[in-house]
Amino acid sequence: MNDRVVIVSTGTANVASMIAGLRRAGASPERTADPDRVAVADRVVVPGVGTFAAAMQHLRASGMDDALRERVRAGRPVLAVCLGLQLLGKTSEESPGERGLGIVDGCVIRLPPGARVPQLGWNEVAADGPGLVRRGHAYFANSFCLDRCDASWRVVYADHGGPFIAALERDAQLACQFHPELSGAWGVQLLSRWMAAC
Amino acid sequence: MDGCVLTRRIIPCLDTSNGRVIKGRQFRNLRDVGHPADLAQRYDAEGADELVLLDITATRDERGHAADTVRMVRDQLTIPLTVGGGVRTVADAELLLDSGADKVAINSAAVVTPDLVAILANRFGRQCVVVAIDALRTEGTWAVRTRAGSSAVPWTATAWAVKAADLGAGEILLTSIDRDGTRDGFDIELLAAVSKAVSIPVIASGGARSAVDFVAAFDAGADAVLAASMFHDRDTTVGEVKRYLAGCGMEMRL
Repeated sequence: MNDRVVIVSTGTANVASMIAGLRRAGASPERTADPDRVAVADRVVVPGVGTFAAAMQHLRASGMDDALRERVRAGRPVLAVCLGLQLLGKTSEESPGERGLGIVDGCVIRLPPGARVPQLGWNEVAADGPGLVRRGHAYFANSFCLDRCDASWRVVYADHGGPFIAALERDAQLACQFHPELSGAWGVQLLSRWMAAC
Repeated sequence: MDGCVLTRRIIPCLDTSNGRVIKGRQFRNLRDVGHPADLAQRYDAEGADELVLLDITATRDERGHAADTVRMVRDQLTIPLTVGGGVRTVADAELLLDSGADKVAINSAAVVTPDLVAILANRFGRQCVVVAIDALRTEGTWAVRTRAGSSAVPWTATAWAVKAADLGAGEILLTSIDRDGTRDGFDIELLAAVSKAVSIPVIASGGARSAVDFVAAFDAGADAVLAASMFHDRDTTVGEVKRYLAGCGMEMRL
């Protein structure tokens, strides 16, 4: 497999950091606003940062929402980061009335009360067993999280005032609530494993 | 806080002007301490949890942040980068995120146009919006100063922090002008007052001298501590500080 990765334009993301992280993992990333490229690319990244509504409106305006939906349903390689994971859900308490991609059977809700929100910092990801995500400290920057998902995904949890979904994975499809591109050497290794799994 | 297993963050800060890292004392007597990319690489390797990059002459010179400096720094980092200095519009914030920032810090422009905080939070999410507050001890309280400490404005630090959080700030970067660059320790009373007043994370800044000061800052309610002079001048390293704090029983990412 080649090293090409296409980063979806969401209009709000930390694109340069995503590019820098993927390059460290040996990838040749490029950004795109073209849904046709997203349909055929070997690997696609939906980056983080932004509100649920701002990103969904941007994706719909470019026709990217349909391209992403088809791609994930077809089981093709995807990495969705932070807000990218949340966009896979049906709705979000961050943007009431806005519809998500609806690929995962879950809704985005506020983090459990009892800890500082937004969650900003390094938290332990409690991953055991086989899979792309391993145990370690990951960098989180979120006020919201996915409440549940269908059984076809392997789910990894972390704890911030209560357990929440830190990652979902299914073959070469990986969605992280944390930012692997900002998670030091641990994050680079995760990106490398995802690249290799595609 | 109960049930919270986030590690304590240690954040070196690069104040920049004209492409160089500089450092002063109480926002004056600035001296050159190196190239931003070199320092960024060093702090990433030492185990810094985040980096802050502030262009401290952008507002005064009425220009945006130097995006090429942000790009050079990002290329050295595997950790989050907060960038501030001269951010006045959504387009300014977009350019920084497109150049290598992960969070955007606003200071003077937020005081002049408080709605800017809400506008940025509605677009990028509140976790992306850091409101930087420079506070000066004045008549028994802490007065907010803008434009790199040169302008007095009618806010106390605690009242402005509460307002900023209500508007949509996701984090407060709280700098004591009195302690900046002095190595006299953090202004613990200021820190305790502000972190009690808001529910969002607070980063303590100004006066760091050694790891012992960091313990006091965390005990006073800080979620993260920022330091510049003590790291730039190699009094100690980020790694040494983190190991000391871990030895004190604090959760650290080592």
